Amino acid sequence: MTIFQALLILVMIAAAVFAARSRDLMNAVIACAMVSLMASIIFYFLQAPDVAMAEAAIGAGLTTAIFIFAINRTVRHEDDEKAD
Amino acid sequence: MRKLISLMVLLAVAAGIGLALHRTPFGAERAKTGAGSPGETVNFGRYYVHEGVEETGATNIVSSVVLGYRGFDTLGEVTVLFIAATGLAAVLRVKATSRDPRDAEPASLVVFTGCRFLFPLLLLFGTYVFVHGHLAPGGGFQGGAVIASAFLLVYLGCRGRTLNETGLRVAESLSGLVFVAVGLVGLAVGGAFLLNFLPTGSPYALFSAGIIPIVYVAIGLKVGSELGAIIDRLAEGAR
Repeated sequence: MTIFQALLILVMIAAAVFAARSRDLMNAVIACAMVSLMASIIFYFLQAPDVAMAEAAIGAGLTTAIFIFAINRTVRHEDDEKAD
Repeated sequence: MRKLISLMVLLAVAAGIGLALHRTPFGAERAKTGAGSPGETVNFGRYYVHEGVEETGATNIVSSVVLGYRGFDTLGEVTVLFIAATGLAAVLRVKATSRDPRDAEPASLVVFTGCRFLFPLLLLFGTYVFVHGHLAPGGGFQGGAVIASAFLLVYLGCRGRTLNETGLRVAESLSGLVFVAVGLVGLAVGGAFLLNFLPTGSPYALFSAGIIPIVYVAIGLKVGSELGAIIDRLAEGAR
């Protein structure tokens, strides 16, 4: 089980680095959702199902939607900022 | 120069706070009141785990802390969420668009059917989570978030539908009122805000733990309607 958790943490770190470095904000948001999803699975294995539930619903679900709404109203690529 | 002065002022204030508080005991140990000798101290973490179920009747220890021992903090949390939703509503004050929402591009048949099939199940699951908050892992915040994600699914799948905003507002205000009213009744009956004045009943029963299920249902409805209203407002602006 610890190997599985280490794998989850590795995926989480990779997704977090990708989210920070990506120039396409939509990809970054999806990577953020992935971080939240992995965190929620890890919370579940650490015997905190309450936190896992909140993390999955709010972190992976609602926050992603809110970010996507915000991107819809602004710009999708970070380089576009100067053009506008 | 100004930076240096402000840094020194900050350090002085921090040192003052540190000096003022360095003898105040925080957290774990506190003199036990009531039973036992006055000098005896009690470890709160251990105390909640061992006595929480018996004292509050909630078999989910997290719930017994969140609403039994720390109910006032939870009221503060709910207030923070309420203020955030109100602020968002004020900032995103969009005028009612003249466009008919039915003009929006319809979702594909798979998404539409899946959304119609899953929406009632998600509502049921969210309700289950907050109704059983005192017995099983979960609670008002989690259940409310699940319900709000059901509303999000409606936005994704059934573009034509809009939420009944008046209903959401009424549900939100009523549940907030119920939370405060239960707390005030506790104040009137036993002299402490959010006192658990109802019988705790037998553990593992649905009707047990006194006021905790009532308050959790209120929190669940409040969080669900608040987050649902946020989604609805953002989606309306995005159309």
